[in-house]
Amino acid sequence: MTTLILEGSKYLMIFLMIYYAYLNFRFFGEKYDFRKLKLCRKQNGAMFLIHFLGFLSLYLSRGEEKILVFYGAQVLFFAFYLGLSRVFYRNISRLLLNNVCLLLSVGFLMLARLDMEKAVRQFVIAAAAAVISWIIPFIIDRVWQLSRIPWIYGGAGLALLLTVCVAGVTSYGAKMTLELGGISLQPTEFVKISYVFFVATMFYRSTDFRSVAVTTAMAAAHVLVLVLSKDLGNGLIFFLTYLFMLFVATGKWLYLTAGLGAGCLASAGAYALFPHVQTRVAAWLDPWSDVANKGYQIAQSLFAMGTGGWMGMGLDQGLPGKIPVVEKDFMISAIGEELGGLFAICLILICLGCFLQFMMIATRMQAMFYKLIAFGLGCEYIIQVFLTVGGAVKFIPLTGMTLPLVSYGGSSMVGTFILFSVIQGLYILKRNEEEDDEENESQS
Amino acid sequence: MKKTNPNPNANRNILRLAYVVSGVFVCMLLYLGYFLQFESGGVINNAYNPRVDLLSERVVRGEIQSSDGQILARTVTSEDGTERREYPFGSLYAHVVGYTGKGRTGLESLNNFYLLTSHVNLAEQVFNQFSGIKNLGDNVVTTLDSNLQQTAYDLLGDRRGAVVAMEPDTGKILAMVSKPDYDPNTIAEDWERLTADEEGEARLLNRATQGLYAPGSTFKILTLLEYLREHPDDWEEFHFDCDGLYENGEYTIQCYHGEAHGSQDLMQAFANSCNGAFAQIGLELDKGKFRTLTEEMLYNQELPLSLSYSRSSFSMTEDGDTWEILQTAIGQGKTQVTPIHQLLITAAIANGGTLMKPYFVDHVENAGGQEVKKFMPSSWGKLISAEEAASLTQFMSRVVTEGTGSALRTDAYTAAGKTGSAEFETGRETHAWFTGFAPAEAPQIAVTVIVEEGGSGGKAAAPIARGIFDAYFSE
Repeated sequence: MTTLILEGSKYLMIFLMIYYAYLNFRFFGEKYDFRKLKLCRKQNGAMFLIHFLGFLSLYLSRGEEKILVFYGAQVLFFAFYLGLSRVFYRNISRLLLNNVCLLLSVGFLMLARLDMEKAVRQFVIAAAAAVISWIIPFIIDRVWQLSRIPWIYGGAGLALLLTVCVAGVTSYGAKMTLELGGISLQPTEFVKISYVFFVATMFYRSTDFRSVAVTTAMAAAHVLVLVLSKDLGNGLIFFLTYLFMLFVATGKWLYLTAGLGAGCLASAGAYALFPHVQTRVAAWLDPWSDVANKGYQIAQSLFAMGTGGWMGMGLDQGLPGKIPVVEKDFMISAIGEELGGLFAICLILICLGCFLQFMMIATRMQAMFYKLIAFGLGCEYIIQVFLTVGGAVKFIPLTGMTLPLVSYGGSSMVGTFILFSVIQGLYILKRNEEEDDEENESQS
Repeated sequence: MKKTNPNPNANRNILRLAYVVSGVFVCMLLYLGYFLQFESGGVINNAYNPRVDLLSERVVRGEIQSSDGQILARTVTSEDGTERREYPFGSLYAHVVGYTGKGRTGLESLNNFYLLTSHVNLAEQVFNQFSGIKNLGDNVVTTLDSNLQQTAYDLLGDRRGAVVAMEPDTGKILAMVSKPDYDPNTIAEDWERLTADEEGEARLLNRATQGLYAPGSTFKILTLLEYLREHPDDWEEFHFDCDGLYENGEYTIQCYHGEAHGSQDLMQAFANSCNGAFAQIGLELDKGKFRTLTEEMLYNQELPLSLSYSRSSFSMTEDGDTWEILQTAIGQGKTQVTPIHQLLITAAIANGGTLMKPYFVDHVENAGGQEVKKFMPSSWGKLISAEEAASLTQFMSRVVTEGTGSALRTDAYTAAGKTGSAEFETGRETHAWFTGFAPAEAPQIAVTVIVEEGGSGGKAAAPIARGIFDAYFSE
């Protein structure tokens, strides 16, 4: 009977995940709000069912009571979070809200399977971050001074990065972490937000040459400090995000092409300068000639995904623990191995769906400030997803990035919650405006 | 909020970038899909992947079969559910099929993933999974011919050595025997005795692919080829008077058992395997070019072989002194070669100069006999030109018709080849070599035989090749 449920759950979870991803894209094509609402309700159903089947499988496989307790706590959290978010903000984007919950639930499930202690920690941080970030749309709606303080964003961000560069702790070759009284923080996750705000406020003021030059210098300083900390993955995210924001703000192809050219040169330079970059490129080109050392990580990731195949080995039936730092850099491989390649592909599509939603919000915002913020944060998000997934499937060299909302990591969790909440804030702002317009029209 | 100079193109550019990003993601997902569908099988069949063994909890390891359907390895499940790997032919296929249990070797290792993957129909698979029954793994059908394998095994008898046979035009390995051997059925019980190896027998070693031997006179094929390359027009004028002992200053080279061959042209010298003649040829050769030739023939190189093997070595450089040249030209000295490598060179000569990659698995089929994956012959490339291959075939035919390969003279077919008697330690019998193919005019099978301390190649090794050819052509 147990095998029956385990096997059945595996296929059902894949089916539900495909259904969820389908609804996600179906949403974009829907015109009428009541239909969209229906889609979102179905998504909620699918999400809770996936979550239930996942933890049921895990419980049947492990037989530990605490899994049930943990599951119960999560269900409560999701129910309250989904419910209360809509009470506080009538006009919240339910699609984004659903996607956040889905990504979180898959992350909790895989973490619980890999390391229960970490999963609980992650859950507590996520719950706290969810509660705290409820205030963000409120702030965005009321505090119009946000667009006035570029140098606070820029200065604070750069100062934080410099602190990490000087006083940070090195892990896996890069300095990313600050140790503060027993808590380790990754300030870069927060600087990502302030950085986009900085660029958006600068370009909101002016896009003349002088402003572009000053902003570029400041952005370059951010990237440079990250490179000095050997945090090349985040350096790449900051660089590309700035370049894309510059392009959208000015509309000048020259900036984009010149920037990409400079980026290529810088990459070649980084390759020549940093031995660990050479190692990673070599491991990407041919992991098989040195499986035991250089190619070990990527080979284990590919073994995991390859052995799982399209359908997966079933939850708790594979060996994702064999991949080094699986809970951070290789969550997608662990998901592919146990929940199936199809499940992993749907998950990536949902991340892409979030990005497209961000872009749609960006196009709908009228003020350049908001437009650039939605666009910039969207870029940061999707580039990070690309770097982590692309690295894990050997599409690009490994950069050691995490999958937002899914991978283990407190700072990343809080930072991503802020990111999504800022965009929710913009969406709510827009919807409120539209509602006011409609009311004015009907009154006049 | 004020709207200062909003860029009218901003939305269009945002959408453009969104499309580009979506495009990149589609590429990445297609890449992942391609990996899962086509590449993953090859990738995960890796010794560093700890997961393949997990598959054995869901799948009953498939069978390994000979090309004529004999079962070489199968898994027997007893009533209490324990599984045992059984090798019905005992030690007959020990090295090539290998074993599983104490690690894995041979085809058991190379095909681990296929054997542990099930392609019984999907409905049955799902049904089995739900009812907790293991699926039957796929069967691997090899290119090995049970008749030839048995013949080679019997002919080699109690002697140490190796026999390998392959189809020169496809690369299919037909037989591979190495002795002394072991019984893979009792590998676990015998493990300590086998690895301790107090008698120095190296029973676990697959001599066919891993045994390194001096090539002896079989190396004269390469010496001859280099001479033909350097003397394309006047090689027929070659002449040598053999009195059984070739002297050069302080050095002497003896023909086998001191036999005096008398007046020899090149073809006779090759057919009679005259050491004196070839020692003199060696002195005339351009050492740099000679080394290049041996490396083109895969000495000091990787072989296109999936089984674990040893690399053959040719160490003479341009600075080689007279003694080294004299020795190297007749296949003594430091040169080392594996039987499989000899076979590949021979097969390339038989196949008009083109080397076909040797392979052992013809196809993989599911438990119901439906083909899952077919392996096709593939060419490695040209080792030598077609003219050179034709010319060497002529020389090698003469070895059989008039020279040391007399054991292969028959009306049933025309064989071609080269014998060798390799000295490896003074005072001990020579290793006996034969490498050749048949029929000479349209080769269908190539064979390499080595009998350790067997004495003369013509007397000890060539008859084994004869037996294999006889068996092959009487089929």
